[in-house]
Amino acid sequence: MSIFGFFTRTRTAPVARERLQLLLAHERSLSGKSDLAVILREEILAVIAKHITIDREKVKVKLDRDGTISTLEIDIEMPEVVAVKT
Amino acid sequence: MAKVLVVTSGKGGVGKTTSSAALGAALAQAGKNVVVVDFDVGLRNLDLIMGAERRVVFDLVNVVQGDAKLAQALIRDKRVETLSLLPASQTRDKDALTPEGIERVINELREKFDWIVCDSPAGIERGATLAMRHADLAVVVTNPEVSSVRDADRIIGILDSKTAKAEAGEQIEKHLLLTRYDAGRAARGEMLKIEDVLEILAIPLLGIIPDSEDVLRASNVGCPVTLHNPASAPARAYAEAARRLMGEMVDVTLPIEKKTLMGRLFGWKVA
Ligand SMILES: Nc1ncnc2c1ncn2[C@@H]1O[C@H](COP(=O)(O)OP(=O)(O)O)[C@@H](O)[C@H]1O
Ligand SMILES: [Mg+2]
Repeated sequence: MSIFGFFTRTRTAPVARERLQLLLAHERSLSGKSDLAVILREEILAVIAKHITIDREKVKVKLDRDGTISTLEIDIEMPEVVAVKT
Repeated sequence: MAKVLVVTSGKGGVGKTTSSAALGAALAQAGKNVVVVDFDVGLRNLDLIMGAERRVVFDLVNVVQGDAKLAQALIRDKRVETLSLLPASQTRDKDALTPEGIERVINELREKFDWIVCDSPAGIERGATLAMRHADLAVVVTNPEVSSVRDADRIIGILDSKTAKAEAGEQIEKHLLLTRYDAGRAARGEMLKIEDVLEILAIPLLGIIPDSEDVLRASNVGCPVTLHNPASAPARAYAEAARRLMGEMVDVTLPIEKKTLMGRLFGWKVA
């Protein structure tokens, strides 16, 4: 490592701090209702299943948390011929 | 055929999680299909070390209990296509895992991946024995220090008695990974020597990982060290160990003593 490398090397500790703050804020807010994702998925699916038949194998759930916004994506593949329940 | 590898040690803080991430990534970088599974239920960290902590929705406990499908819980690495993570639950405890549930999940993983790397929790209780239960081979992680060597010996005994392989009368393949090795301190006689540890534990050596700031930097940013700084000494040592796991004959590189700039100029050895 050169002398210049020593002074210019990007510091990783601030990244660590930011990642931890984000994660811990999320985890603390979650204590007690750990399976929020399971609950949300089940309730959303139940509402949709009232109207159309869905294949549970084709349900994708994705999450991305950011400093300002978090997104929960629930991706439900619709059957080719939509069987609308009456 | 798929291989199930457990990274275990008995003692905590010796480098199991760091090594699971680095070996898993190194195997994936070599083109293998790899999943790293966090068995540390209640104290998960592999997600953080892999940089996937913001993407965890479902976990191992959800899959074992049938609340989520395996495919929903697997998190695909954004840097290496062939690397996935199955996170542990942070909010449950280890009793949420059942032997039958784990067996079903491992069998399902065997169909999808070449390597299943199980990051064991510390200790010799349920969590640790479940992590090793279905392993074909074990990486025993130890530091050149008395208590971790003693605990490693204990774990070797448990690997030889409590795994499914052992119970079927077969031998489980065991490899020693010596981590946090400081060549300078070993040379000054302040740390157990490599040959001492090898003689005491009497299992083949997989690699020696030097104690290095690069490991800390990689964990700060959430990237396995083999991806974060492939040219660094610990990354090269992990990549070498991964090649050995894949059956290649590679000589073990001995870490050389690190001297600081001052040390180099004046010929001092600096701790
Ligand atoms: N080769 C190494 N050089 C420097 N620090 C290391 C090395 N390996 C592990 N560490 C550090 O040691 C601590 C414990 O490592 P970890 O992998 O979490 O251990 P375990 O999973 O066995 O409890 C962490 O702070 C990690 O960054
Ligand atoms: Mg760990």
